[in-house]
Amino acid sequence: MVDVRIIDRRYDSRNKSTVNRGRFIRRFKEQIRGAVADAIARRGITDIDRGEKIDLPARDISEPQFHQSRHGGVWRDVLPGNDRFGTGDEADRPKSGAGGKGSEGSPDGDGVDDFTFTLSRDEFLNIFFDDLALPNLIKTQLSGLTEYKQIRAGYTHTGVPSNINIVRSLRGATGRRIAGSGPYRKELRELRTALTALEGTGHGDTSAAEGIRGKIDILLRKIDRLPFIDTFDLRYNSRVRIPQPSAHAVMFCLMDVSGSMTEEKKQMAKRFFMLLYLFLTRSYEHIDVVFIRHHTQAEEVDEDSFFHSRESGGTVVSSALDLMHSIIVERYASNQWNVYGAQASDGENWSNDSPRCKQVLETQIVPLVQHYAYIEITSSEPQNLWQEYEKVALENPQRFAMQRISGLEDIYPVFRELFRKKLA
Amino acid sequence: MTKKKLPLSSGAEWTPELIARYDAEIGRVAALYELDCYPHQIEIITAEQMMDACASIGMPVYYHHWSFGKHFLSTEKAYKRGQMGLAYEIVINSDPCIAYLTEENTMTMQALVIAHAAYGHNSFFKGNYLYRTWTAADAIIDYLVFGRNFIAECEKRYGEEEVANLLDSCHALMNVGVDRYKRPPKLSLAKEKERQSERETYLQTQVNELWHRMPLKTDDDLANSSANDPTKRPRFPAEPEENLLYFIEKNAPLLEPWQREVVRIVRKIGQYFLPQRQTQLMNEGWACFWHYTLLNHLYDDGLLSDGFMIEFLTSHTNVVYQPPYSSPQYSGINPYALGFAMWRDLRRICEAPTAEDREWFPDLAGSNWRESLDFAMRNFKDESFIAQYLSPKLMRELRLFAILDDDSNHKLKVEAIHNEQGYQTLRRTLSDQYNLGTREPNIQVWNVDIQGDRSLTLRHFKYKRRPLGESWKEMLRHVGNLWSFRVTLEEEDESGSVRSVGEIQLDRRRA
Repeated sequence: MVDVRIIDRRYDSRNKSTVNRGRFIRRFKEQIRGAVADAIARRGITDIDRGEKIDLPARDISEPQFHQSRHGGVWRDVLPGNDRFGTGDEADRPKSGAGGKGSEGSPDGDGVDDFTFTLSRDEFLNIFFDDLALPNLIKTQLSGLTEYKQIRAGYTHTGVPSNINIVRSLRGATGRRIAGSGPYRKELRELRTALTALEGTGHGDTSAAEGIRGKIDILLRKIDRLPFIDTFDLRYNSRVRIPQPSAHAVMFCLMDVSGSMTEEKKQMAKRFFMLLYLFLTRSYEHIDVVFIRHHTQAEEVDEDSFFHSRESGGTVVSSALDLMHSIIVERYASNQWNVYGAQASDGENWSNDSPRCKQVLETQIVPLVQHYAYIEITSSEPQNLWQEYEKVALENPQRFAMQRISGLEDIYPVFRELFRKKLA
Repeated sequence: MTKKKLPLSSGAEWTPELIARYDAEIGRVAALYELDCYPHQIEIITAEQMMDACASIGMPVYYHHWSFGKHFLSTEKAYKRGQMGLAYEIVINSDPCIAYLTEENTMTMQALVIAHAAYGHNSFFKGNYLYRTWTAADAIIDYLVFGRNFIAECEKRYGEEEVANLLDSCHALMNVGVDRYKRPPKLSLAKEKERQSERETYLQTQVNELWHRMPLKTDDDLANSSANDPTKRPRFPAEPEENLLYFIEKNAPLLEPWQREVVRIVRKIGQYFLPQRQTQLMNEGWACFWHYTLLNHLYDDGLLSDGFMIEFLTSHTNVVYQPPYSSPQYSGINPYALGFAMWRDLRRICEAPTAEDREWFPDLAGSNWRESLDFAMRNFKDESFIAQYLSPKLMRELRLFAILDDDSNHKLKVEAIHNEQGYQTLRRTLSDQYNLGTREPNIQVWNVDIQGDRSLTLRHFKYKRRPLGESWKEMLRHVGNLWSFRVTLEEEDESGSVRSVGEIQLDRRRA
């Protein structure tokens, strides 16, 4: 009879495969990054916080072997299930080796399908952050799950040694010792009274007195034997995790959609909005997003038309600011809502409008928002809008950030202000 | 056994105790049939661990590499979408033999896997001559541990990417990195460790020796030297070398000692898997035959419930189903189906031979089936097993036919079908289909230009005019990556004429 051992391995080395999986992702980072960029373009802003299915072309990641090609030479195959052929029959070659023939596909395959797999949310965000050149601290802040706060919640009987509450434990131990020794002490008191009585009557050295002394000794030892502290006495500080109080926030995305905003600039703006959204999801449970696009007139639209419609003509930025203000007043009374504003533009504005923008911002918007960020996606010289905004920034350094960007990696500095405030 | 026994269990749930009871019963019956097995160990793992094990070719302690991550991802995807059931079992050819069971299996499936893997495959590993000569069951786990630690150490020292690139190239050459005819020395962990450092220095001197003599200094020398005439130069290696990885390990000019060791590890593991590739049909068939035989025996003893048998037979039938060539499900001959059918057929020939069987298998007909099967299991591999034992009856049952695909003809031709004239041809053709020597291209190290630019020439000996598949360009890059100098590929057809296929230019001589 053979000896058998049964080993349950279900609980060791979970996620052993993550090492190889991580290596695979690192190895094909370039290709995966491309796929992630496509995914970001496809996704909604509020949709950034999850995993993604990634397709890679099979030939990029193939593992080749030497093999013989089916296209040429002499091949003989034995096939099962003959239903019509006799010896010497001839048949046409099936197309591309399918159908009748085509025993196993070639080892590294001609025309294999794309390789598809799913990136987890963390892996996806990691690659998303990579592009944006975020410092690590910020990355962990962003990808961290809901923040919890530890608060004290009395005492428990179980816990880790570092949580032992000494005062409580010792108080318990004392109580237990007093209670446990109560009967002994009572007896002891009686014996002592008896002994004193004997000694007082001059019978202190009789055998009866000795017997009482012996009993007293035994009782004292019994009392001593009560443990000073027992596991039963231990009390631990109890802490419970509660989610941090969260409030509502609304995020306004303002974008110039005049003819000069190219698709590329819009994609860059989209990353900017996404990052802001992601940041806000860390602090607020519920976030509304309002999209306002403008050229000479502003309108509130849904996300799809926000990014994907193309307008032409001039630009009047203040129209968007006016609309934002009226929406705030109408729907997001600021004592209940934390309002964030994010504006992206290529910096062009009708020159008479820029001073008015400054005025609207200063008097109507900045007082109502937590933070307002402006990015100018351009590589040309600053124009009057930028100059007017600079004045606003100077007067409201806490609430107003602005940045000129030409590439994705420039987006982050806009948030620096925001994060610094958060960290302080 | 006078009283009808109660079934061991009912219902799908399993417990470790139940598994042990089933195992004991299966073991008892296996002993009745005189199955000779290694002791075994049953390990219960999760679906994820199973996928992971599948990704690293079933080995529990493999080194890390991105390609295993890739396989894991694709298995996981197929599994999650429900396109594919998980592999029921993985069994390791080691002593003790390790069989993995997935926690998601029902009790019936666990029993099936135990009979299949822990007794079927196990006895095959222990008995078959290829496994006996080529693999050291008692040393493989230790060797894998050694390999993993060594490679992890290299990653620490030389960087993950460097090691991964090296492994990529080694993996690509794994199939042409085996000795098909020589017998390898046995593996042993202690010796490996002891010899490793010794080997490093020794190998390096060997390589230096080879490259010492060159290059010739002056033009005069060159002109006068016979070395100038390529036809008169002695070839190196004197005989063509079939094991590319071995040749590279020993002779590649610029590899560091640690890189040679990595090449060696991949080569050794590849060698270890060679018997699996040579005996897949026999091995799977053997395991199916035994799970079928053992569980039926237990059912006859009254130890298995009817529900158990129905579930068992359903999954058994799925495994050994052979779709016909015209079916959309068809993807070659199912080794489980053909293997199982052949072993069953062998037993039938022994127990109830017909006149035809007596004519074809005079020694087999009427013999003790246990002994005959045992003999066949021990002494054959797929190609010889088919050549020896495929019976006319089975060819008729499977309705086999042979097709000739000759690119000089416009049409495919049916060469043989399951009739009196066709049996021999069918058997020969099918046997050839399982011959690794013809199924995989025959590529040999032909020459190294020792006197000149150190270029390496590989020669593909064409078999039946079959060209190399497109991947050869990629493959040359991998060979070049290991060799570090120019690599040329030529092909020789069966008439002996040679033609150049392509080359890759490289010169990574260090400054």
